Amino acid sequence: MTTMTQRPPDTEPEPTQRAARAKSTLRGQENRAGLVLVSPTFVIVLVVVVLPILWTIVLAFQNVRLVDIQSQGLFGHWTLHNLQRVFSSPGFWSSLWTTVVYTVGSTLGSIVVGLIAALALRKPFRGRALVRGAMLLPYVAPVVAVAFVWQVLLSPDLGVVNHWGMNVFGWDRPIAFLTQRSYDVAGVPVPMALFTVIAFETWRYFPFAFLFLLARLQAVPAVLEEAAVVDGTTPWQRFRFILLPQLLPVIALLTVLRFIMTFNKFDDVYLLTGGGAGTDVVAVRVYRFLTARFDVGLASAQAVVLAVVLIVLLGLYFKFFGRRVQEEQS
Amino acid sequence: MTRAAFQDKFFGIMRWVVIAGLVVATLFPFYYMLLLSVKPIDDLLLDPGRIWVSASEFTVDSYRSVLTSVENGGQGFLLMLRNSALVSIGAVILTLLVAIPGAYAVSRLRFTGQRKVSALFLGVYLFPPTLLAVPLFVMFAKAGLQGSLVGLIIVYIAQTVPVAIYMLRSYFTTVPISIEEAAALDGCSRYQIVRRVVLPLAAPSVMATGLYVFMIAWNEFLFALLFLAAEPSHWTVSLGLQQLSNGVEVPKTVLMAGSVVLTLPVVLMFYGAERMLTEGLTSGADKS
Repeated sequence: MTTMTQRPPDTEPEPTQRAARAKSTLRGQENRAGLVLVSPTFVIVLVVVVLPILWTIVLAFQNVRLVDIQSQGLFGHWTLHNLQRVFSSPGFWSSLWTTVVYTVGSTLGSIVVGLIAALALRKPFRGRALVRGAMLLPYVAPVVAVAFVWQVLLSPDLGVVNHWGMNVFGWDRPIAFLTQRSYDVAGVPVPMALFTVIAFETWRYFPFAFLFLLARLQAVPAVLEEAAVVDGTTPWQRFRFILLPQLLPVIALLTVLRFIMTFNKFDDVYLLTGGGAGTDVVAVRVYRFLTARFDVGLASAQAVVLAVVLIVLLGLYFKFFGRRVQEEQS
Repeated sequence: MTRAAFQDKFFGIMRWVVIAGLVVATLFPFYYMLLLSVKPIDDLLLDPGRIWVSASEFTVDSYRSVLTSVENGGQGFLLMLRNSALVSIGAVILTLLVAIPGAYAVSRLRFTGQRKVSALFLGVYLFPPTLLAVPLFVMFAKAGLQGSLVGLIIVYIAQTVPVAIYMLRSYFTTVPISIEEAAALDGCSRYQIVRRVVLPLAAPSVMATGLYVFMIAWNEFLFALLFLAAEPSHWTVSLGLQQLSNGVEVPKTVLMAGSVVLTLPVVLMFYGAERMLTEGLTSGADKS
């Protein structure tokens, strides 16, 4: 970022000797053209992403509500009060834990299902293109629509899942998948609503992993496997020792991408459960602080804490798996 | 039977079980959505387990209710469809206008900070949208953009430009540089090179990128909720549908009809150009 700001794409450069020489060379021309072409992107990302992020960090250390902002300057009274309130607010730690479970569960789920799907669809068969197209539907469809379909499907009174569950599988009463915090399965309490939300997330994002893994699978040279078949290996061995190592860099990259996106996810949980029944992820809390109480300071502080936790977790991840992800990106 | 032969057989069968399971899991919710949207609510309540619709009960009343304007007692989804279309198409055009030069520069020109630019743009996704929500909410309130579609378009550009550049860049680099040099020798300016040589060659990837942006803008919910909630005449379909579900006494069948209305345009567009899109998105992933 610093290098970008050092050389703004000025149209009228200072007529110093160096600038004049740079102007005359092809290399200098290329440099200026590059900066000019990239500047619209840079400006919009700066105004709508970078500045708001910096401002959030500032707001997190100020005591403001939405109504005060008009009257208050950008740099009002500095305070750690908001952070204190975030850490001491009821449900903060459980909410953070819920976010982590939700993120890890959804990331794992979508990648595992995506991998199984990619392996199943690897070899051509009649209608493969159709099946492949069908599998992208959950990813392409609008989140609001699919969240409502799931709500209706799982609804205790008119949902088809509960109806079949009671009539075919002999459940003694309907299961409130999205509104029940915990459900006893053979004496073990299962966090029902959280599991359902993770299942939804897995369903919606396995196509993303599937696409990337299928593309990578098809680039694995056929000779490798043919040689292994000749050597009398089993399919499992071929997967474990030939395909999986080839796929690991993509899996590592997918893990990072899905982790980041799910960690910050708001829509899915908000639409499915509204953050109730033990699915109170941090992103939904931020929204609630912002809109229900207009407490900008608290909402910002909560958002900043979320971002810091994410960065720390990513830092740990890269420390252990860093080389693999870099391999994939290089 | 040897272990290899057993596994061959086992995985051969499992493969079809998996495929069948996945097809049901992905398609059934959409079938259910469609089914409920053409069923009268009374028939649904009577027998929730019946997953087909008979000719006698088939009805388009739910769609009529959803699409009729608010003045005539409906839910006014036609107006929302127009809003969504405006926002999405606006976002596509503007994002491409911004991203094409940017992607060209990143893939072709050596300039100060070139390598850092890509990292910076991808870093955008590191920060939660909710983190942006607070200041954008305040900024837009101050700039008078709150409740306007223009404000929403601006946010969507910022959200989609990094991916757009990422997708376009990988394609631009595949255009042989010698073609560009030939055009330059023939006296083309840089603008002409991009306009007449690179863009026509990269047309499929530009289309794919445009579709992807359209999909994101059409499906987006959080920012629409934050900026437009107080302005019903500017609601997008996503927001309108969510607000509808909050309403009292809205039958689930009407909700499902609204979901179909929301889903159909984006799904039709996607399958119209599926190949281009999936190849554009993953073209960076299959290099060995």
